Amino acid sequence: MGMTMAEKILAAHAGRKTLDPGDIVSVRVDLALANDITAPLAIQEFRRLGVARVFDPAKVVLVPDHFVPAKDILSAENAKLMREFAREQGVHYFEVGRMGIEHVVVPEQGLVAPGDVVVGADSHTCTYGALGAFATGMGSTDIAVAMATGEIWMKVPPTIQLVYNGTLPPWVGGKDLILATIGDLGVDGANYAALEFTGDAIDALELDGRFTMANMAIEAGAKAGLFEADWQALEFLRERTSRQFDIPVADRDAHYAAIKEYDASKLEPQVSFPHSPGNAKPISQVGDVPIDQVVIGSCTNGRMEDLRAAHEVLRGRQVHPRVRCLVIPGSQEVYLRALKEGLLASFVEAGAAVSTPTCGPCLGGHMGVLAAGERCVSTTNRNFVGRMGSPRAEVYLASPAVAAASAVLGRIGSPAEVVGLPEAARGEQK
Amino acid sequence: MKLKGQAHKYGANVDTDVIIPARYLNLTEPAALAAHCLEDLDAQFVKRVKRGDLIVAGANFGCGSSREHAPIALKAAGVGGVIAASFARIFYRNAINIGLPILECPEAVAGSEAGDNLEVDLTTGVIRNLTRETQFKAKAYPPFLLDIIAAGGLVEYTRNKLASKGVT
Ligand code: SF4
Repeated sequence: MGMTMAEKILAAHAGRKTLDPGDIVSVRVDLALANDITAPLAIQEFRRLGVARVFDPAKVVLVPDHFVPAKDILSAENAKLMREFAREQGVHYFEVGRMGIEHVVVPEQGLVAPGDVVVGADSHTCTYGALGAFATGMGSTDIAVAMATGEIWMKVPPTIQLVYNGTLPPWVGGKDLILATIGDLGVDGANYAALEFTGDAIDALELDGRFTMANMAIEAGAKAGLFEADWQALEFLRERTSRQFDIPVADRDAHYAAIKEYDASKLEPQVSFPHSPGNAKPISQVGDVPIDQVVIGSCTNGRMEDLRAAHEVLRGRQVHPRVRCLVIPGSQEVYLRALKEGLLASFVEAGAAVSTPTCGPCLGGHMGVLAAGERCVSTTNRNFVGRMGSPRAEVYLASPAVAAASAVLGRIGSPAEVVGLPEAARGEQK
Repeated sequence: MKLKGQAHKYGANVDTDVIIPARYLNLTEPAALAAHCLEDLDAQFVKRVKRGDLIVAGANFGCGSSREHAPIALKAAGVGGVIAASFARIFYRNAINIGLPILECPEAVAGSEAGDNLEVDLTTGVIRNLTRETQFKAKAYPPFLLDIIAAGGLVEYTRNKLASKGVT
């Protein structure tokens, strides 16, 4: 019987011809990752293993991003511990000023290729599925073992195939697809499973939108979320890596635990209400929700396409007087491109605050923590109680276009309300 | 090995952000993390919990972040183990890796209330509700995980493996 993408990749890394969901296998790791929050614990456990060197410094990457530029003394100490370990071991490391959010930086730096197995001490490691890698989040101890041995145990997940048919309506993109999907599956609907995203709407979706979707696979409980690498992925990789790789493709007779089809052409922009990413509603059913803050950025939506979408809405307009709008490019590369394209100037002219890349407000760390009673529209991936600050604050998850429109309106609203049709769609209608 | 303690009961989808809020993730000491365990869900929990008590919760316990600080905070707060209808994948691995006993048993969750006295036999997976005089059986661990648990956690397990290969 045929295999799904996830099964093929895991079989290749376990030295097996075939395997089945539920099998427990030891797999070779192509990249092990940790950040300034999870690395200190991973380093401590690495030391306890009694191994002197990491298995391969070229296959280990440490990225400070959560609490840097250091927000307080404890965070500075953690970042320092990680920096010293990175120097000692000679692994990949991206310092403030040359860094960004791990899941934006790691693919940009060409550290992930199709067919790779990537494990990270961060739940959103699944982001790299957009390039056709099997990438999954784990804890610090697992990563310590991966760094020491280059191997990790995994239970082969069953795969759920998600098929998106039709043409995406204006202002509807990857974030809307994934929020609607999590709304449908539920926050544990794909627990332990791998997701395979496919269909015409996916073929037409730009790569940044796929990063957004793969990123949130974990929000449905999934272990990984995979896309077949196409010309867009290859284009992205061409200038970033010289490694040879095969592109994993699911067999025609692969077995899926479930296949779900969605009609993408019927979808509206989505908003996930507090306090669960699964509380997705179409924008037309949101009602009147006044807001205090907007955050545009994160490993979910801090890439070029995201900033361009926000720019199309904010350009030449003003952030509502009651609203604080924070724009946080996901990496220095994105920051510089946005700067050169003039996007950042329009954000500042609109009255938005533009920050250096950081996770910052996404996890209530710094750079925009919410007070009790405040409401925030955020392009991030979680709106749990207390996620962005006070346990009595409310977070609404949405796309960059919806977040930008809400910043202008002072309440949750649609980009169509602010600008009408997007530029691309206007062009087509002429 | 047996656990005995009172039940603290919560609903479904208890996420890692309420188990240990991100604002405390600059802390690494278990005791410091424990002081804030579950505070956004139940501000009185840390004051109420007694060593060996058990958390009883609905489906998808530990969903969200990969932070190992979550099971560490629970363990350091005195929690003897967690019984849930189901666990989120990363939390499940983390708990096994650091040696926090976890049991999947929806029936025990449905049949127990806050304050009930529970007794858990980790070897057999039998959960007894002493208050209600009922008994349940948790889902068995796969044999491979039993090896990790028996070794005392993943680091110990890996150390033994490396030693037998003569790596260290
Ligand atoms: S941006 Fe948010 S979700 Fe992404 S890695 Fe940082 S804290 Fe995690």
